[in-house]
Amino acid sequence: MRIVVCIKQVPSTEAKVQMDPVKGTLIREGVESVVNPFDEYAIEEGVRLKERYGGEVIAVSMGPPQAKDALRQALAMGADKAALLSDRAFAGSDTLATAYTLSLAIKKLGEIDLVICGKQATDGDTAQVGPGLAQRLGFRQLTYVCKVREINLEGKKIVVERLLDEGVQVAETTLPALMTVVKDINQPRLPNVISIRRAARTEIPIWGPQDLNGDQAKFGFDGSPTQVVRIFTPPPRAGGQILEGEVPEVVSKLLDALSSQQVISI
Amino acid sequence: MALKVIKERCTGCGLCVQVCPYNAIKLSDENVAEILESCILCGQCIEACPMKAILMEEKHGEEATGYRGVMVFVEHEFGRINHVSFELLGKGRELADKLMVPLCAMVMGDGAKDMAKEVGAYDVDEICVVDAPHLREYQTNPYVREAENIINEYRPEIVLIGATTLGRDFAGALATRLETGLTADCTGLDIDLEKRLLLQTRPAFGGNIMATILCPYKRPQMSTVRPKVMPMPEKVTKDGAHIIEIEPISTPKDLLLSILDFIKDTAGTVNLADADIIVSGGRGIKGPENFKMLFELAQVLGGAVGASRAAVDSGWIPYAHQVGQTGRTVRPKLYIACGISGAIQHLAGMQTSDIIVAINKDPEAPIFKVANYGIVGDLFKVVPEIIRQVKERKAKSAVS
Repeated sequence: MRIVVCIKQVPSTEAKVQMDPVKGTLIREGVESVVNPFDEYAIEEGVRLKERYGGEVIAVSMGPPQAKDALRQALAMGADKAALLSDRAFAGSDTLATAYTLSLAIKKLGEIDLVICGKQATDGDTAQVGPGLAQRLGFRQLTYVCKVREINLEGKKIVVERLLDEGVQVAETTLPALMTVVKDINQPRLPNVISIRRAARTEIPIWGPQDLNGDQAKFGFDGSPTQVVRIFTPPPRAGGQILEGEVPEVVSKLLDALSSQQVISI
Repeated sequence: MALKVIKERCTGCGLCVQVCPYNAIKLSDENVAEILESCILCGQCIEACPMKAILMEEKHGEEATGYRGVMVFVEHEFGRINHVSFELLGKGRELADKLMVPLCAMVMGDGAKDMAKEVGAYDVDEICVVDAPHLREYQTNPYVREAENIINEYRPEIVLIGATTLGRDFAGALATRLETGLTADCTGLDIDLEKRLLLQTRPAFGGNIMATILCPYKRPQMSTVRPKVMPMPEKVTKDGAHIIEIEPISTPKDLLLSILDFIKDTAGTVNLADADIIVSGGRGIKGPENFKMLFELAQVLGGAVGASRAAVDSGWIPYAHQVGQTGRTVRPKLYIACGISGAIQHLAGMQTSDIIVAINKDPEAPIFKVANYGIVGDLFKVVPEIIRQVKERKAKSAVS
């Protein structure tokens, strides 16, 4: 089975996101970068499926040259190969252009049975690239997967559990498919020293627009219909109040406050 | 610019081939019109096509013309309409009025005509209805195909979709098929009247930053909108909306998934996305057995139970309850955090709640910085006391 895992490098949540007050853009320099948390589950699931059914896992990312670090982590976790999409022409991509560019990279990789993405990235929080990519590739779309029950490679079937609002849906479809995964699907492994060394030695090709068989007008800023026109820091939450006193008194004060604001009806 | 043939609509009648002065159209092997390189975009075929199957696909700056109106996607689960769709009808009305254009809704499902009546109770001008048995339960492929067909026919300038589990599965696929811009999880929508553009405002980086996003050249401008942010509109008693029945273009063969089973979440009676009140537990709960107390509090308040990552990773409660960066983002009217320190990853999932109450024994816990009301104390004393007093007040009000 040939599996592609799409990953994104994002600023660490621990780091404070700051804005450049003059330019009105985000300051990304000096902020620690990590693999998007949901993508770690995607990598792990790809590697586990490879261990179960055989085949290979290829990690793909689009981003600046330092996104190679994210791909190295995927390799250290057990991915066999990696490719980085990095070029000035890809800069400024929104979700439409990103899904388009990734789809061309996946087509370049030949026959693929399964693409795995994290549910969403923690910087943009859009959850749009997975479904967009499935449409571009013409693959079956399986979002919010919390368990892969079974894959039948000969019959080209996959059975998954999807975490929806009211419960878990068990769905079967045919391969090739694209699934986005949630945290519940597995516990990502910590790479050991040997695998980290192997990852460090693995060559990661960098692909630009000339390496992809696509429409140049659909890349990067030009291919992105949405434009961010303003970013701002939301007003901080109004100062809170610590309720003091003995427990029954404190609770009474709280309930009075909540019912006077009609948050609870008692 | 280029011409685009909507394959689903082309009947292969060949009228376009006859009118083309440049022999730039032929019928393909599948008997569908195909535009050739020699096309000079005169547009005669667009006029000639009785099925409206040929469209001019325009480049930047020119594409925005020819689209008019605001369209709301009505989401439902087995015929039960999600409240976010009504909220969008309210917001959609406001946007449509500013632009002085009609507000439309699209409803698809088995029994969609009945759902359209419910939708028509609100102030909406037109409702596009696709009623077919195979649309009973949402699936990406047939729903996206029907929506694409409706949008290509009615060409709304704005399409609004709920930023729900279902809505985000649907919107990402639909926007890609339409090759237009989509802005996720908006919490604010307005119109720039001068440019007639939709101003879409949304949180990013877990709510630390807000961004306003435009889709200047492509149409429709599409947004998913976070539930419970826009107010519910009033119902109206006027002559009802104009119902437009549309023949389905999808068939049961378009159901690409076989649904083998659905395992309902038995732990929570109300799901987190819908709950007005959420009672959440963290590391301070100390063990799975103590979540019973939170379920009881949630029950007396009529809410749902959430949890921090620490509680979920300790195996005390299933992942479906996790609130935060790697769990769900929630925005209830009331969020009660019990024994949750308030790590930034947790705050990212709940800091836009209307009112936050924090109960924690550590006065330095960061959760108190976002809480409207803080109680520094032992949650094992405070929570049972809240339950007791709520029950007492309810009993009193029942008597009086």
